[in-house]
Amino acid sequence: MTTPTLQPQAALGGAGQLPKHISWYVLAGGLALSFVVLLLFAEPTPASVIILGGAIYVAAIWISSRIVEGARRATDRLATAVVTSAFALAMIPVVSLLVTVVDRGRTMMSWEFLTTDMTGIFGDMRGGGAWHAIVGTFWVTALASVFSIPLGIFTAIYLVEYGRGRLARAITVLVDVMTGIPSIVAGLFALVLFNTILDPAYRSALMGGVALAVLMTPVVVRSCEEMLRLVPNELREAAYALGVPKWLAIVKVVLRTAIAGITTGVMISIARVVGETAPLLLTMGIITSTNLNAFDGRMATLPVFAYSSFRQGGVYLERAWAAALVLIAIVMVLNIIARLVSRYFAPKGMT
Amino acid sequence: MSKRIDVKNLNVYYGEFLAVEDVTMTIEPRSVTALIGPSGCGKSTFLRTLNRMHEVIPGAYVTGEALMDGQNLYGRGVDPVQVRRQVGMVFQRPNPFPTMSIADNVLAGVRLNNRRMSRSDADELVESSLRGANLWEEVKDRLDRPGSSLSGGQQQRLCIARAIAVKPEVVLMDEPCSALDPISTLAIEDLIAELKTEYTIVIVTHNMQQAARVSDKTGFFNIAGTGKPGHLIEYDETEKMFSTPSVKDTEDYISGRFG
Repeated sequence: MTTPTLQPQAALGGAGQLPKHISWYVLAGGLALSFVVLLLFAEPTPASVIILGGAIYVAAIWISSRIVEGARRATDRLATAVVTSAFALAMIPVVSLLVTVVDRGRTMMSWEFLTTDMTGIFGDMRGGGAWHAIVGTFWVTALASVFSIPLGIFTAIYLVEYGRGRLARAITVLVDVMTGIPSIVAGLFALVLFNTILDPAYRSALMGGVALAVLMTPVVVRSCEEMLRLVPNELREAAYALGVPKWLAIVKVVLRTAIAGITTGVMISIARVVGETAPLLLTMGIITSTNLNAFDGRMATLPVFAYSSFRQGGVYLERAWAAALVLIAIVMVLNIIARLVSRYFAPKGMT
Repeated sequence: MSKRIDVKNLNVYYGEFLAVEDVTMTIEPRSVTALIGPSGCGKSTFLRTLNRMHEVIPGAYVTGEALMDGQNLYGRGVDPVQVRRQVGMVFQRPNPFPTMSIADNVLAGVRLNNRRMSRSDADELVESSLRGANLWEEVKDRLDRPGSSLSGGQQQRLCIARAIAVKPEVVLMDEPCSALDPISTLAIEDLIAELKTEYTIVIVTHNMQQAARVSDKTGFFNIAGTGKPGHLIEYDETEKMFSTPSVKDTEDYISGRFG
């Protein structure tokens, strides 16, 4: 506590203060107590010790604070304890996931893994890698981006700057519906679309790109819309008052001001679709060799590679984990790039 | 570089709601005209019709005439963008473009319109506009700094420099000093006195002393009640308005009995 140690009058409430760092001591005491109790009556495991210790801590700190410091401070401590516990609880799966993936993925991870495909690898062989899947993921994500980023940004511009009546409302509803489309449905859509227009056996990264675009576009629209709405109206008015036509004002003032947020939103939408498995399973399948032609023939992608490796089991299981590690690394890199771009483009001097 | 404005029987509508009714006034070139009145009486709305900025709000339209040196601003085929290039505006809260430097802000009227300008011409325009806005001495060493790094009064002068850089005929100012401290306000008022030798200026202000200090003619707007349209009650020489107004409402407002 950093408040001064004056004795407050009774009228101002609160009789005193608990000593500094009391919460840590109580926490330690709670954990110790819970360990002892569980040792005597049951089996102490890390999880049960922590849960029981946490419960003891919350009760103890609240009661002692209430007695010594008064009701308001006690409620404050209780809220702090509850919020911190909730955060810790939420972090457990995330940290556990990262640790697991890194731990299991590193056995197969190597430069060779990243640069060779699975041609000629079978059975118990330890060679081969995910290069073909990395290429496939790149292609399908690039194609999806080419479709959905311009479409999404222009739709967002329409909704924010131009749309007024029924059409704008209809579009907003449809975009909302699209955000909820299950990924397998998007895959089926792309499959049927291409198999009706072209021949029924057609498979390619282009189909996968279209399927992912269906999933990606509403995310881009939503986040760009938010960013455009955040641009203060007075900037638009300043541009209009200078005799700048509306479309130029949008491009040079509104978009320029919102570009940091738009880039972040786009990066996040890419990160979201890069791991979609179901639609790619349908539209691109899996092969063991590298196919560089995005418009003809099946192509491997990281999520589908991970799935099919998992199905085969044995040493392939390690490949699945390694592929998952590569996927997580890609998502992390995209997020970091998004942050850097955001910081570079952010309007300087603006809070 | 300054034109007279004749307004005849102008009515301003927001959709079906009549906001300002039947305004007729003449604004002489190279003069400062102040519009005063209580909150919500339509003076800002009327000001915005002079450069067609009200059309930014969907459903807003006018009936009647607004002529600039005889040309109808609302004539058939008149492009509002062209009108706004001749009639500039400075807003209540300073709004420099945050992504642009000070120099780029001044040149915004040129740059945003994709007009090409040689480097030396651009530098000259920046200097002359900033000098015209009494800001040159303060920022000449930091023209590359972002526009939003200035203080409030400096930002407002930057916006004025930006407005005059496009060489308009008329400059409209919507309560330009209400967000500023008294020293900055004085700086802007001095600036207005200098600018009037070259531009026609129309200023909306809440501050009656400011109107008395700064303007040649004053228009008093009033509103009968909420939901009713605003009217121009009296329009006359500033000295006469503030000493012997003809209409009782004007006198009540000026002497502080309401508003």
